[in-house]
Amino acid sequence: MINSQTLKGHQGRVWNVSWNPQGTMISSCGEDKNIRLWGKESFGNKFTAKAILSDGHQRTIRETAWSPCGNFIASASFDATTAVWDKRSGQFECNATLEGHENEVKSVTWSKNGQFLATCSRDKSVWVWEVGEEDEYECAAVINAHIQDVKKVRFHPFDNILASASYDDTVKLFKEDKAEADWINFATLKSHTSTVWSLAFDRIGSRLATCSDDATVKIWKEYKPGNSAGIPTPDNDSVWKCVCTLSGHHGRTIYDISWCHLTDLIATACGDDAIRIFKENPEAGDSDMVSFDLVHTEHRAHNQDVNCVAWNPVVPGMLASCSDDGDVKLWQIKLENL
Amino acid sequence: MNPGGDVLENINPTLYSKCEDRPVTAEDQNDYITDEFDSREIFDLIRNIYDPEHPLTLEELHVVDLSLIQVNNETNQIKVNFTPTIPHCSMATLIGLSIRVRLIRALPARFKVVVEITPGSHSTEFAINKQLADKERVAAALENSTLIGVINQCISRPSPAA
Repeated sequence: MINSQTLKGHQGRVWNVSWNPQGTMISSCGEDKNIRLWGKESFGNKFTAKAILSDGHQRTIRETAWSPCGNFIASASFDATTAVWDKRSGQFECNATLEGHENEVKSVTWSKNGQFLATCSRDKSVWVWEVGEEDEYECAAVINAHIQDVKKVRFHPFDNILASASYDDTVKLFKEDKAEADWINFATLKSHTSTVWSLAFDRIGSRLATCSDDATVKIWKEYKPGNSAGIPTPDNDSVWKCVCTLSGHHGRTIYDISWCHLTDLIATACGDDAIRIFKENPEAGDSDMVSFDLVHTEHRAHNQDVNCVAWNPVVPGMLASCSDDGDVKLWQIKLENL
Repeated sequence: MNPGGDVLENINPTLYSKCEDRPVTAEDQNDYITDEFDSREIFDLIRNIYDPEHPLTLEELHVVDLSLIQVNNETNQIKVNFTPTIPHCSMATLIGLSIRVRLIRALPARFKVVVEITPGSHSTEFAINKQLADKERVAAALENSTLIGVINQCISRPSPAA
């Protein structure tokens, strides 16, 4: 694993890095209340500072997310708002601010078809926003399913299914109920013994990887109604079961997890300053008993806690990370060595 | 100062004497010898933090104690246990935050600091420890100007004797 570049500029903790869908730009954000955009030069592979989006938020910016078309960036902040930036004018400008959460917004995500935006907060709620014409975002649902702080929301890679991770140690799955014009909680994934910080779907969306303050990673598998394993599916909803727990690898809280949709590798960001890479062991055979091998540990990937890891959606093996140390780093995994 | 209300929760806390200052040795003054962090140095950073409820330090109330501090310079780990004066003390989270803030500000960033309630000394020990360990919640709390004002007073109030 090669540290191909270190991008400096943020003051203080960097909470999040996100790729645009084309894999040519990175947005990063954190304690300094700025969003920094880093772009690939037309010649070579270096990324350079392209823009700083400031004055959008009053407090820490916790996460940014690119829309599937790449023309919008949503940012979630401790100031209780979510801002949506667009580049119709040629550069990114904030043209919509979503208000409603009572306190810190922790995470924001777009649905695959760009129709929905979801946010979550310390106020324990998950909000689903319907994306309308001309900067209009209408609240489609306020979901009060968790009993604590909600840390992360992520949409399924194809369907309008939403997953959330919480300080209440659970992960919950939601789907649109068109008849009632609402979103309902159809599955609750319980097994972690402390805060679930983040989650990631695999490329098909039939498995989910979660990471936690309990220093484990868990892999969950979907069992659809009528599954061949004979797992009962009450109410004709899919059932998600934990099929693998990766323990003993991480020294502290695991803050983030990214499942590459090109290589199927899993990367984790840990409070022990390391980045770890896991690969599925195909020899396990039985699809109900999967196993993953730790194939690389990058000790001291950063000088402090690693807060986020994100695989480039287009370039296989390219990873971005960020840390409390204020740096954003780019990595290239040597895939042939794994 | 009593941010919790007009009535003191613990009206008559037990007082303990302060320990002597650390004696300065010849080794300390030798610039060629590396002085590693030790538990006494951590103790000296937090012993003079004031209790939010009394004009007394955490040392005088035995909320912090030298024997409840562990330092590992090789793994960069520091663990501080603190003991609220009463098991239902509503100030416990605030005291824990004050200790955490004091250490974050004073120590090199390489250290991983854990601040926890001494096992068995508080009725909601688990919930408070979980909150204090959650850096996102701590970060958000420290952006609250009212709260950081109270913490700053606990940390930097001049000693009445001084």
